[in-house]
Amino acid sequence: MTTGARDDAPPGDIRREAAQDGTRRQAPADSVRREAPPDGICREALPDGVRRELVGAPHPVLTARALPVDPTDPQVVAAAADLLASMRRSRCTGLAAPQIGLGWRLFSIDVSRHPGTRSCAGELVVANPRLVAASHWATAREGCLSVPGLTGDVSRATRVTIQGERPGSGAPLIVHADAFEARCIQHQMDHLDGVLFLDRVTGTRAVYRVVQKGVRQVT
Amino acid sequence: MSLSAVTVLGADRPGVIAEVTSAITRSGANIEDSAMTLLGGHVAMMLLVSGEVPPASAFPGLTVTATEVTSRRPPGGDAPGLGYVLTAHGPDRPGIVSEISGALAAASGVITGMTTRLCGRLYVLIADVRLPEAVDVAALMRHLSAVCAGLGCEITFRPAEAEVL
Repeated sequence: MTTGARDDAPPGDIRREAAQDGTRRQAPADSVRREAPPDGICREALPDGVRRELVGAPHPVLTARALPVDPTDPQVVAAAADLLASMRRSRCTGLAAPQIGLGWRLFSIDVSRHPGTRSCAGELVVANPRLVAASHWATAREGCLSVPGLTGDVSRATRVTIQGERPGSGAPLIVHADAFEARCIQHQMDHLDGVLFLDRVTGTRAVYRVVQKGVRQVT
Repeated sequence: MSLSAVTVLGADRPGVIAEVTSAITRSGANIEDSAMTLLGGHVAMMLLVSGEVPPASAFPGLTVTATEVTSRRPPGGDAPGLGYVLTAHGPDRPGIVSEISGALAAASGVITGMTTRLCGRLYVLIADVRLPEAVDVAALMRHLSAVCAGLGCEITFRPAEAEVL
């Protein structure tokens, strides 16, 4: 997804502004309910990862359905750590395993710095996610690091619930998300099904070139 | 009152749309339908203008053509049929637009709008399509899938979402 957040803005700026105008909530306890302890657990449970090269379209791994994984497999745990490292380094709000060249059902998100965030699970990696509830659709413009140069208007649910597993322990995970986090999760889950946002744009006039300086792709 | 299809092409710069539309307005003509886009740094406009279109000299620095047409707008709005959105994307290669549009035409489908973008090696085609109600959509989708597979493209073909409030 595309945001107007400035590349040079320190992370604290957005949070401070949000706290002042009251338009965002930081990790509200009632909007994200998980069966494992909240924020930071993924980061602590995973080894240090390495940033991997991002895959851009056209590439077969981005249009193929990813395979389920064993979340306790050391290779999957290492991939989860690499996803996190790649996401942090790219300064984006989410990455799916196909974007680092792996056809596995694994994605990471962290929407805590995005101005459109309401629910916020923090930094999170989910294996084998399944969408179990979705409602309240809205259209918004989004982009993708794997489709640089284009954005598009996509209709998505603004409230979702997903189930999945935590890489490492394999513990079950339930995430209730809304607003931008819900959009981000659906965008990542689409990647696991070989679907790009281009496949969901609302029409011919809903695709745009990225021309504005300072606007960055964040998924 | 005469009806003209006007095309405008020129280098993009601030104010170019205002200059074109002001010249048309000053001549007493009316812009009925219009579409504008940027193509590789060039502004491209298509306008349906009723009334007297000003001479080309009224549009300095722009290439303007005007062709008299007759109105074919169906009474009551859009043409009948079912609306769909087609997306195809894949490695750039010649023939993507022609083969996909040919498959649609063979099914009596009408492309009512189309955008193509080339970003690096990625070629993207988005088309608004209107199909007669009698068309076997499933068969058309199978045919389109086969065409796109031959082109190395991924395709989605889905009903257009219309929120009528």
